[in-house]
Amino acid sequence: MSIQLRGLHKGFGSKKILRGLDLDVDEGETMSLVGFSGAGKSLTLKHIVGLMKPDAGTVHVDGLEVPTLPREKLFKLRLDMGYVFQFAALFDSMTIGENIAMGLRKKGGMTQAQIRERVEESLALVDLAGFSSRFPQEMSGGQQKRAGLARAIAYRPKYLLYDEPTSGLDPVTTTVIDRLVLRMKKELGVTSLVITHDMKSAYAISDRIGMLYEGRLVEVGTPQEFQESRNPIVRAFVEGEPGLKHDAEEPLPMGGDGAAGKGRKR
Amino acid sequence: MLARRGVRSYLDRMNLSLPFAIVGGAILGLLSSFGQFSRFVGDLIRALTDVRTWGPLTVGQMRRLGVDSLPIALFLSCFTGIVLALQASYTFTGAIPLYFVGALVTKTMILELGPVLTGLALSGRVGANIAAELGTMRVSEQIDALETMAYNPIAYLVVPRVLAGTIMVPLLVIFSNVLGIASGWITSMNVLDMTSAQFVRGSRLFYDSFDIVYCIIKSTSFGLTITVLGCYQGFNTRGGAEGVGIATTRAVVLASMMILVLDAFWALVLLQ
Ligand SMILES: Nc1ncnc2c1ncn2[C@@H]1O[C@H](COP(=O)(O)OP(=O)(O)O)[C@@H](O)[C@H]1O
Ligand SMILES: [Mg+2]
Repeated sequence: MSIQLRGLHKGFGSKKILRGLDLDVDEGETMSLVGFSGAGKSLTLKHIVGLMKPDAGTVHVDGLEVPTLPREKLFKLRLDMGYVFQFAALFDSMTIGENIAMGLRKKGGMTQAQIRERVEESLALVDLAGFSSRFPQEMSGGQQKRAGLARAIAYRPKYLLYDEPTSGLDPVTTTVIDRLVLRMKKELGVTSLVITHDMKSAYAISDRIGMLYEGRLVEVGTPQEFQESRNPIVRAFVEGEPGLKHDAEEPLPMGGDGAAGKGRKR
Repeated sequence: MLARRGVRSYLDRMNLSLPFAIVGGAILGLLSSFGQFSRFVGDLIRALTDVRTWGPLTVGQMRRLGVDSLPIALFLSCFTGIVLALQASYTFTGAIPLYFVGALVTKTMILELGPVLTGLALSGRVGANIAAELGTMRVSEQIDALETMAYNPIAYLVVPRVLAGTIMVPLLVIFSNVLGIASGWITSMNVLDMTSAQFVRGSRLFYDSFDIVYCIIKSTSFGLTITVLGCYQGFNTRGGAEGVGIATTRAVVLASMMILVLDAFWALVLLQ
């Protein structure tokens, strides 16, 4: 009942993005994944749901190996996972209510009335009560984002994968979302992997934080350990220090001691 | 080498290289991704078993792709019938009895112009529509979102469109034929001083019920081609808005070319 990545490699042409990534998210844990943009964070999530196949390495969810899973089993596993897309990815030919009902219908076992009720309930959780008959185009970016979140949590998955759920939201809404992430964990025991750029959110919601850099985790630890990390890359990221080359395609001399960082998960 | 460079610079001078580059690039693109295309078709055939997913969506697509294309199909065939009648009488003047106008209009409409003109118009309307829609869904990750919610996107998006196109295009072509022949008939009576009986006599002269079969086979293959290529291009769109534009152009260019190739193919296979 956990997510386990081992030696994950993925590249596009000559561009190597993931280079031997090891990552564990334990059952009931909320883990945050941080890193510069283009580091491959979204790509990592896509491997976990099986939207991408690794060049090398393994992906296990619930003890099942995702890349080699037959279609039926993969679909069954996917109904245990909720994916919050970075740019919402709402179906724009449907209303928000229909968007949310899609997952519920697929999962089955609910009457029409129960589905309607669950849609409203999920929208209320993200502060969008009464929006179910709107079309995505009629909503602001932040509202769309929250609707995407409502769609992912509606069918009560065991795993939640959040791709930058709070980027582009105002500080108050960010707090609402952070609380929701905590609540999903506490009330439903969800196992979550959250991609974020917002260190304040990461400290607030995470059991552990990992930093992805050059295709691997260069640091993993509790929020406290992360804050105290002496890894220069982590320090540069946390403090928003410019000057550090952070293009994932270009190798950076990882110089000196502690490049691999203390507390690095093996 | 030299010859090729010569041709090249000639083309450049004539400013002809652009269309060649587009068409050539599209063909090369198709060839190089032939494996990918066969896999797509394989997935499509496998997804046909997922009736529960595509079943409810197919009727909606039949309306959207088929019924909504009726005006353009009818517009085209109406004018084609008029022109056919006028040109036939112009060609036949003096030499051939005027009632042959009826034969030419009917035969040409059913065998060639009905299916091909409708097919070309629909590769623009239907093929572009599908490629743009699915391409937008691809680049905005809506197709990924479908997958994460355990929907098979081929069964959900592609199968309904392909089935709708394959069923509706032949129907549209039949409507086109009827209207084209009718407009040719009306033109003959009002402009060419023919009687209705003369037109009908001409029409019956070379009529063969196999013509209808031929027309339906041909237009079914056009409907299949337009929708499969539109879906394939849309599904494999990369990049943002620009990628959607490229996919749409490719879908239209490839479908139009394939229609002409298939047209020749069926003539060779079925009319020999
Ligand atoms: N399907 C793809 N084809 C080619 N390159 C891709 C694809 N998906 C991601 N990439 C590349 O992988 C890198 C990492 O992308 P991503 O995971 O989205 O980064 P981020 O950490 O910002 O989420 C980027 O350089 C991106 O261009
Ligand atoms: Mg990303």
